[in-house]
Amino acid sequence: MTDTVIKARDLRRGYTGGFEAVRGVSFSVARGEIFALLGTNGAGKTSTVELLEGLAAPSGGQVRVFGLDPLTRRAEVRPRTGVMLQEGGFPSDLSVAETVRMWGGVTTGARPAAEVLELVGLAARSSVRVKQLSGGERRRLDLALALLGRPEVLFLDEPTTGMDPEGRRDTWALVRELREQGTTVLLTTHYLEEAEELADRLAILHEGELVLSGTPAEVTATRPARIRFTLPEGVPAARLPLTLRAAAFGQRVEIRTERLQEDLTELLGWAREDGVQLTGLDARSASLEEAFLEIAQNRRGAGDRTEDMMAGTR
Amino acid sequence: MNTPTLNAGRITALGRCELTLLVRNRATLTLALLMPLLMVFVLRSSLGGAEGARAVGEATLTGGIGMVLLLVVHMNLVSAYVARREELVLKRLRTGEASDLEILAGTALPAAALALAQIAVLAVAGAVALDVRMPQNPLLLVAAVLAGVLMLAALSAVTSSFTRTVETAGLTTLPLFLATVLGSGLFAPTDALPDLAASLCELLPLSGVMTLVRAGWSGGAESGDLLGAALTALAWIMISVFAVQRWFRWEPRR
Repeated sequence: MTDTVIKARDLRRGYTGGFEAVRGVSFSVARGEIFALLGTNGAGKTSTVELLEGLAAPSGGQVRVFGLDPLTRRAEVRPRTGVMLQEGGFPSDLSVAETVRMWGGVTTGARPAAEVLELVGLAARSSVRVKQLSGGERRRLDLALALLGRPEVLFLDEPTTGMDPEGRRDTWALVRELREQGTTVLLTTHYLEEAEELADRLAILHEGELVLSGTPAEVTATRPARIRFTLPEGVPAARLPLTLRAAAFGQRVEIRTERLQEDLTELLGWAREDGVQLTGLDARSASLEEAFLEIAQNRRGAGDRTEDMMAGTR
Repeated sequence: MNTPTLNAGRITALGRCELTLLVRNRATLTLALLMPLLMVFVLRSSLGGAEGARAVGEATLTGGIGMVLLLVVHMNLVSAYVARREELVLKRLRTGEASDLEILAGTALPAAALALAQIAVLAVAGAVALDVRMPQNPLLLVAAVLAGVLMLAALSAVTSSFTRTVETAGLTTLPLFLATVLGSGLFAPTDALPDLAASLCELLPLSGVMTLVRAGWSGGAESGDLLGAALTALAWIMISVFAVQRWFRWEPRR
């Protein structure tokens, strides 16, 4: 059996005023795994992660990190975790080096400041005041502090938000390197590309509920693949083999299928026999993005109708 | 709050960072260094005349100690706690190994040290320039000052939780400042007040501490009064520590 490092069971978090941001979320993360919590803004990602980090008590359910409650067993859990909050807090009048030194003073077995700044690519900025850093540089500093104590588990809440593409790639490389060394990483992101690049497993959160989880491949496999093409003038879509679930918009056709290879073979066989030219032919498996957007849209349905009505009266 | 562990290394690291910030914040630093001095002069001139020079000198110095506690510990710390909370520094620190108490204590360290240094300077300078006797009961004086620092640190943490911005700290620190200045005998002995008012004034947060400070310096207080003062101080420390545990805000309101 694999070693479970993080376990959330039927987690709930309500706020004063009655809003429930997390509604019964359960998942577990194995040692050495990169687990991504995916969701749109307001899906409950940060609310969930803060419970895992032990910053707040859940209003229901249970969190275990290394088998311990991260809130009440704080003194035992904290030395083994590293946290990067969605919005980092550093005194703006301190320099980068001073911030790292201060954090080193509250961290057991801290890496040398120079080493950790080198890791995140901030070595050249160590004497700069925090208030003069760019948004991306601040995220790097935040990451540096999270890595300072060589944590076994790393919580990264939207680690690359505000970073330029280069910074994002650097961070991804660093996270992969950490995994090679055995670090368990729980990250939240609303960049699908990030989850696809990094995550061994991921879960999609929507309105406080976990709607789908698995490896990126498993998650995309739950969605149908898609074939698109345009038929020539004079060839109606009705002539297509009946076994293909085709939807036509004029001459443009879209086929959604769980059996991409078979359906594509049938389509191409038919086209050759009948001598039909399929222009703009495009066949692809579902991407994580499609899976994600579909979930967001389907789920929105009921709630949005009332919103639309309200928009109409405005 | 969890079990109160205190790790000196972590508190020092946090205190050092806070000291750097205090030194870099010119306005706060100037205020903390000059205001007590100014207030001592104000105290001296307002007290002057009525009694003998020695009594005036002692009243000035003990009042000065109260001023240092209020201006350097209370006002400074409320701003510091609010600033760190609004910058999300407190929230970030809580993700690390430092306990809640260590975070609060580390943040309070520079203000407390500065206040103690100023009180020491005040005592020496007073003895030299104001022709005042050395403290009659130094141990009691030191204990009273430390109790005052502890109480004000806790009261500052409580005050910070209903202070939204650093700018409004000037307003939220005012009640305690006025209550202490008027009611805890900083400028004039509360004996001059009607009995009921005087008794009520004795129950103000810093009244007990100030009574002990005066007794430590000038001696000659009755043990019954001292016990009452000590109990008042203790009660306020316990109330404020409870209030911190109950109401302290670690992150900004959203």
